[in-house]
Amino acid sequence: MKNPLESVAGTIISGVILTVVLVVFLKNFLVAGV
Amino acid sequence: MDWMPAIARWIHFLAGITWIGLLYYFNFVQMAALKDAAADGTAAGISKHVAPRALLWFRWSAVVTWLAGAALLGANISDAFLLRNGYEAIGLGAWLGTIMLFNVWVLIWPNQQKILGMVPADDTAKAKARRVAMLASRTNVMLSIPMLFFMANGLSHRAVLGF
Repeated sequence: MKNPLESVAGTIISGVILTVVLVVFLKNFLVAGV
Repeated sequence: MDWMPAIARWIHFLAGITWIGLLYYFNFVQMAALKDAAADGTAAGISKHVAPRALLWFRWSAVVTWLAGAALLGANISDAFLLRNGYEAIGLGAWLGTIMLFNVWVLIWPNQQKILGMVPADDTAKAKARRVAMLASRTNVMLSIPMLFFMANGLSHRAVLGF
């Protein structure tokens, strides 16, 4: 599989996916129950 | 009114726009332009006159951004970096920004110095430096997307976003 960071589009898509992952992580593991 | 947070936030924005603006310039404009310029023999104009100036502003604006951000967090900086007490979201932004600062000074700048001939390097070392600098720069573009999300929303939109 090609490294997504080879292209600008792949980099931006990776950044958006990482944002979603971190928001889910934040809501479920860092501030769960707050 | 306490002026310190207002001044720190202002400087954080000014320096942050300079830093991330140049990061996007390198990735969205200069990398592609250098490929085309190398093909018609005009790359020296960019690598000799544009890139060193852009890198100067880039690496020092990164430092100023981080310092102004730290000043803005003030006594809450430990809560942010330990991801606790309501500073979880802005803390994620702070961690991402800190990783990006590390990439600038430890991976991008030393390798760019080799690429641009500021420090001696043979062709093999230059090729390796080009690859490392490119991937570190692209990594920072990727990290900037969640970093800006958490910087923009980490404190002001907690209620709306549910954290």
